[in-house]
Amino acid sequence: MPESFLLKYIREPDQGEYDAYVSRGGYDGLRKALAVAPEQVTDEVDRSGLRGRGGAGFPTGRKWKFLPKDPAITKYLVANADEGEPGTFKDRTLIEGDPHRLVEGIAISSYAIGARHAFIYLRREFHKGRAILERALAQAYAHGVLGEHVLGGGYALDVVIATGAGAYIAGEETALLESLEGRRAMPRLKPPFYPAVKGLYMQPTALNNVETLCHVAWILARGAEWYKAQGSPILISVSGHVQRPGVYEVPLGTAIRDIITLAGGVTAGRTFKACFPGGSSSAILSAAYLDTPMDYDLMKLDVYGSMLGSAGLVVMDDSTCMIEVVARTVEFYRDESCGKCTPCREGTVWLGQVYDRILHGQGAAADIELLQGIARGMTGTCFCPLGESVPPAITSSMRFFRHEYEHHIRTGTCDVKPHAHA
Amino acid sequence: MSTARERGTGTGERHIVALSEVAKTEIKRLIAQFPHRQSALLGALFVAQEEAGYLRPDVVTEVADALDLSTSEVTSVASFYHLFHFEPVGREVIQVCTNIACMLNGCDRVLHRLRKHLGIEVGQTTPDGGYTLRTAECLAACEEAPVMMVGAGRYGPVTADRVEDVLARHERERGRQ
Repeated sequence: MPESFLLKYIREPDQGEYDAYVSRGGYDGLRKALAVAPEQVTDEVDRSGLRGRGGAGFPTGRKWKFLPKDPAITKYLVANADEGEPGTFKDRTLIEGDPHRLVEGIAISSYAIGARHAFIYLRREFHKGRAILERALAQAYAHGVLGEHVLGGGYALDVVIATGAGAYIAGEETALLESLEGRRAMPRLKPPFYPAVKGLYMQPTALNNVETLCHVAWILARGAEWYKAQGSPILISVSGHVQRPGVYEVPLGTAIRDIITLAGGVTAGRTFKACFPGGSSSAILSAAYLDTPMDYDLMKLDVYGSMLGSAGLVVMDDSTCMIEVVARTVEFYRDESCGKCTPCREGTVWLGQVYDRILHGQGAAADIELLQGIARGMTGTCFCPLGESVPPAITSSMRFFRHEYEHHIRTGTCDVKPHAHA
Repeated sequence: MSTARERGTGTGERHIVALSEVAKTEIKRLIAQFPHRQSALLGALFVAQEEAGYLRPDVVTEVADALDLSTSEVTSVASFYHLFHFEPVGREVIQVCTNIACMLNGCDRVLHRLRKHLGIEVGQTTPDGGYTLRTAECLAACEEAPVMMVGAGRYGPVTADRVEDVLARHERERGRQ
């Protein structure tokens, strides 16, 4: 079993303190980064094979290479700390448990891309995380890790915490930039507004997820070769019907079954029914897919038809009504739709109405076809990933649990819950 | 925060000064952190809201003035986000997460108990102005499902029979601050 490192110190009560962090090797990665040219830092991250942990899984080093190298061009680094994908809580865990790691990752990444200013876009609801992060930042300034002379050298960096205000869509990178500029968090058109080209204040910007930035700190501290030897670790948030919900660190490609075992298995006396492997935006998988590897590319294969996404594994046992689950998911996207594009704004409302009547015993036989039609109409037509996140739960639940839809519609009742709780 | 300050009760009442000097200074500090002042808008609105209780029109105008923006622009931005209030809310806003992980772990029972205990529906405020009850998007704390927030405090796992304890505990912690 490879060494667990992302979560290694997370339970140490003093890990948020500068001295304790440094005594455990903290800021070594930044020291090493500053000793070489910025391009070499990017190359090291590229060699590590690190892929963004926000959900899209884009290679981090390659993302940075899209930014112009000209030092005369103002560039920004933005840490996406707007974690909100249902079932995902690893970024919050890192912020609360190892804040200096994030600060170090930000400093290394900012140096690599040539940014003088970095921003942390932090979810408003992370009150505890904000207090911990503010303290860590103040300590980092006091010890010369940030400011005019980073670690006493010629590199200058300021890091500022910006606040969200309650909007799931702000986690989408261009919507986040709109929000960070003080506007409604509505996504921008890509192209031309790729953040690496026209990002924050229309300047080239690197946007990275909190976990990604923590990986960067470790990669620079220990080297790309060591990192790869760890099997490309990833944090999985495990929730729902498991004995020990929490964040688990596993090598990429670990089977869903093994992760559930790490989380203590399914709730006592129950059996596994289904799961969202990558947050509520990912397609649901049934028990026949327990051996699916949690991997960016493999999960997208037709045989699985899902995605790793933000690695929020939500486990559902045999007492779960799938119609209720999908209905709740649809409601969430309906409430969080920014309203910019029609398929998402209208589609989520229509879907919500159909699910609502099915759950109230007023579904019609044609509703299955109707739901599928609306889902089809939203696939590949939405302006941003939010709307595109809705159809997978619908189509996958129909693929595996169509009989539940049919029973609800035919009888007006649920055939799962009464038996499960009998 | 600003208990000594006058709060409007009737419509049309004029507020000579919407925000205190402390709030205005804090907003100036936020503005100085960013290359462009509008980036401080969300933070400034929270400063204003925490002091005034909710975003009264005169408060919005003063935030707009501080940021050199139009009132309509500020209103437009603020109305996009769930955590800004344009109507009075209770001293504490309770947010119950109703997303999947919390649903699977019984948040509906928690919400039901809260409605009974407080005697209000979701979206309403108790008659004494103590609490406003709301549901929330996923709070990114699913390992503690079901989760609720009372003001800035996060509590979980919360069971229906522990709801009153949680509120009492929150009041104690608040009292100590």
